[in-house]
Amino acid sequence: MIRFANVYKAYPNGALALKDVTFHVSKGEFVFLTGHSGAGKSTIMKLLFAEQKPTAGEVRVSGYNVTSLKPDEVPRLRRRLGVVFQDFRLLEDRTAAENIAFALEVTGARTDTIAARVMRVLTQVGLSAKGRAYPRELSGGEQQRVAIARALVNDPAILLADEPTGNLDERATRGVFQLLRDINAGGTVVVMATHDLDLVRQTSYRIIEMRDGSVVYDSELDEAAAEAQ
Amino acid sequence: MKLLTREALLSFRRAPLLSVLSITTIAFSLFTVGLFGLVALNLQQALRGLEERVEIVSFILRGTPSEAIAVATQDIASFPEVQDVGYVSEEEALQRARAELVEFRDAYRDLQVNPLPASIEVRLKDGFRDAATVERVAQRLKGFGFIDDVRYGREWVQKLDYLRNLTGLVGLVIWMAFAAVAVVIIGVTIRLTILQRAREISIMRLVGATNWFIRGPFLLEGALKGLLGGLLSLVLCYAGYLLFRDKSGGTLSGLVFFRPEHMLVIIIFGILLGLAGSLVSVGRHLRHV
Repeated sequence: MIRFANVYKAYPNGALALKDVTFHVSKGEFVFLTGHSGAGKSTIMKLLFAEQKPTAGEVRVSGYNVTSLKPDEVPRLRRRLGVVFQDFRLLEDRTAAENIAFALEVTGARTDTIAARVMRVLTQVGLSAKGRAYPRELSGGEQQRVAIARALVNDPAILLADEPTGNLDERATRGVFQLLRDINAGGTVVVMATHDLDLVRQTSYRIIEMRDGSVVYDSELDEAAAEAQ
Repeated sequence: MKLLTREALLSFRRAPLLSVLSITTIAFSLFTVGLFGLVALNLQQALRGLEERVEIVSFILRGTPSEAIAVATQDIASFPEVQDVGYVSEEEALQRARAELVEFRDAYRDLQVNPLPASIEVRLKDGFRDAATVERVAQRLKGFGFIDDVRYGREWVQKLDYLRNLTGLVGLVIWMAFAAVAVVIIGVTIRLTILQRAREISIMRLVGATNWFIRGPFLLEGALKGLLGGLLSLVLCYAGYLLFRDKSGGTLSGLVFFRPEHMLVIIIFGILLGLAGSLVSVGRHLRHV
């Protein structure tokens, strides 16, 4: 589903954000991307949803080659992804349901199917009663659930979550994390960037650790090496 | 389409002050353009009044048979440039002279012999009253054997030509300058709207909206603002027209206002300005995010 092969990313000021990054993510996987601030997690996320292009190397996501992606192909790739951020990125002047419906409307979904699809994902994230609430009327955890519902409404093959629990208290963090696990259990690939090591240690999901733009640890490779020995 | 209209109208509701500001700016920009257009229109009207007086008079040699004159008159009337041809007999010429030249009335009354020749008066169609065409037609008239002399006020026609070219050129340059300023102003106000909605645009892109989908509501919004601005500018122009006409104490009572087709052009121009301003602003924004 995702393939990074010898990827480099340099910014115009010359700083190298990624250095020779290589990893694969298969169908159904849940992957933690860990590391300190500035380690390169967000850059990987940006490459994954084609916000940026690599300076060198190859990035493939859900059949698309991000390295050579044409501008008109970017929206098509993004429709196959769900993206969730730390700051939720909801439109304040629209209700929870309208925020979710917006993601369907911009992709040209049939109008008569929108309401049912919105209700389905609202139920999935446990907010079926809050569709008419505006973001300011919801808690942080609820707002992130709305953002996740918006990411899910187009039935993405891959869900990208960039520090989704960064702004949440412990209880809300647990709830959102459980939701992501449930989504993954349904077959969706989840890539979650986080520096919350407590959360990472709770599960046996794959961990890719970044430091100074390089992959310094990949639990899958570690396991493979152990098995080989 | 429904979504496009809803999003475009929503922007008016979300930022009413900015929308009013944009429409007013467009209206005043178009008002300036319109006012200049109105001056140009009236100037053109005045020039047309002068042009209508362009006339070629061909004096006929005495003793020319009336049959020859009749054939020639028919021939001249079939020239593509000619609007109408009139024959003025020697007697008619004398009567006219008596009526128009009051100071010589007594002298004409005492004449034993009519000294005035008969003539053929030729008036040209609109669009053929320039110096070159008048000269060309005059030369053709001279070709008739019984024509003694041809007069049309060469210098006067040439001056008219010069005036027409000058007003056309100056008008075009000033009008283009005003239009360019209007495009820039409209672009800036629409850019303000876009900056205000930058977050929404980034979310649209994130969930897979195409650039044309994002542009759509902004273009419609720009076109609507252009339409409203265009209508408002016409109201302002009309107010200005009434003010000038009524305050002039009658000297400018002949001023004309835009015809419906002119008004339509201004409104369409407003819509195009709104569209262009939106297209440039949103395009620039999409390239930078």
